[in-house]
Amino acid sequence: MRPAWSIIFFTTISGLGLGLAGWIVIGLLPLMTPGSVMGVGFATLALIGAGLLSSTFHLGHPERAWRALSQWRSSWLSREGVLAVLVMAGLAGWFATAYTGGHVPFWANLVLLALIYLTVYATSMIYASLKTVARWYHPLTPICYLMFAAAGGLLAVLALLAVLRLPITAALAQAAIVLMLSAWGVKIAWWRLAGQAKPAGSIESATGLGALGAVRPLMPPHTEENYLQHEMGFVVARNHADKLRMISLALGGGLPVVILFLAPASAGALAVAVMAHVAGMFVERWLFFAEAKHVVTLYYGEPA
Amino acid sequence: MTMLPEPSAIKLGLVIDLDICVGCQACVVNCKEWNTSGYGAPLSDANAYGEAPSGAWLNRVHAYEAGDGADSRTVHFPKSCLHCEDAPCVTVCPTGASFKRAEDGIVLVNEDWCIGCGLCAWSCPYGARELDPAEGVMKKCTLCVDRIYNDNVPEEDRVPACVRTCPTNARHFGDLGDPDSDVSLMVAARGGIDLMPEQETRPVNKYLPPRPRRATEDAPVSLVAMAEAETPKGFWKWVDSTLEKLG
Repeated sequence: MRPAWSIIFFTTISGLGLGLAGWIVIGLLPLMTPGSVMGVGFATLALIGAGLLSSTFHLGHPERAWRALSQWRSSWLSREGVLAVLVMAGLAGWFATAYTGGHVPFWANLVLLALIYLTVYATSMIYASLKTVARWYHPLTPICYLMFAAAGGLLAVLALLAVLRLPITAALAQAAIVLMLSAWGVKIAWWRLAGQAKPAGSIESATGLGALGAVRPLMPPHTEENYLQHEMGFVVARNHADKLRMISLALGGGLPVVILFLAPASAGALAVAVMAHVAGMFVERWLFFAEAKHVVTLYYGEPA
Repeated sequence: MTMLPEPSAIKLGLVIDLDICVGCQACVVNCKEWNTSGYGAPLSDANAYGEAPSGAWLNRVHAYEAGDGADSRTVHFPKSCLHCEDAPCVTVCPTGASFKRAEDGIVLVNEDWCIGCGLCAWSCPYGARELDPAEGVMKKCTLCVDRIYNDNVPEEDRVPACVRTCPTNARHFGDLGDPDSDVSLMVAARGGIDLMPEQETRPVNKYLPPRPRRATEDAPVSLVAMAEAETPKGFWKWVDSTLEKLG
């Protein structure tokens, strides 16, 4: 599948913002001053909002994007849109309440937390519900998205604690290390398990000619690459997939864990950790698309 | 509305005979011609006269080789939307632009609502949807909904353009929900099949597989053997023996 930059940016940045918001609403980041509420609130909403805005850039008609909120009963993409709007509104209310020194009831925090992780889940299900892409259509796909949101979010919480000169307990730093390692553990399992998933179909069943024997493409239906091949026959990544996986693992998981281990209280080091994590996630998300094979490529002779 | 309707009694669709199709591409061209001026935006081309032309087409004809050795054969393979009963392209649509008609099962795109996100094309295992390069909306086979119910065209033209134009009669149009329709009888007689049943889309369109090859045991195997089997008589016997003597 062709990786669209707008979608990679959207899933990575929104995922980080949502993970961060999830830890904030359960009180992991004490916001003592109106200034810190304003700053953190703005940063959180900007991360989520920038991602969402970016996701509209690949549309043929971005001005009609509001229509995507209507089909939540059947479409994960629509559900994701609706949930994201609810989360943005809920978070704006949460930060406004905190800014004015008000008290957010416990149940409201729980509802907001649930909405946040449902949004991340909906994002992942846009891909995990597509039977046509075997490696996405796997139970571990949503787990990867959820774990990365939680792990990236906690890393961002630690960085903000350091920036706000608030104490970072050893337990919190250790939790961040464990969560980051677990997230990448799930991702490595996904690479091994989902990476080997075979498409439901073959060139024989796709053409219905299997009864005659093995089927080979003889002539394509057109002389130049068409929309289907451009969109779903993307093969650039496959030669370097192993190296890119190592790069994403080292930047997105390795470097942040080393920094959390060595300098868990340094704002500068933690900022580097967050940036390395985001860079690693960009590569991970790019591979998520670039390595994925669509079943339609069977018609063009792609080996199953 | 992207919830799928209850299965309709009438299921309009195509039956494509892979035994007959000669791969002439006439259906491809007539499809483009009709649909560039009918339902929705024109089917645009990009860089049509340049080095790498591309464009949106609703019907494409592949060719495959199936089987090995003397028994292998070439099969021309037209492919367009199969108007699936469980169409994933409908349920994934976030806007309600992609829908399946409750009255006859035709899958259509409301181009005024389509945001061009492309998710329906990703969800289709058959590659039946292509984003229009100029309009930014999803295009797909409409089963020529603007012909088949059109009182302004002669009655014999009220079938999809691809069916009307096929010079070998390899494409048939009808109601696959009616077990006594011509198309349903054809599917029953020839063992019509679904493409990629593993994807569980339950296509309405059916494909008729190539007929079994006729027995060739008594027929001559080679023209050379035929010529050699024939012994010359009369004048040709004399020519033959004289030429032999000349060495």
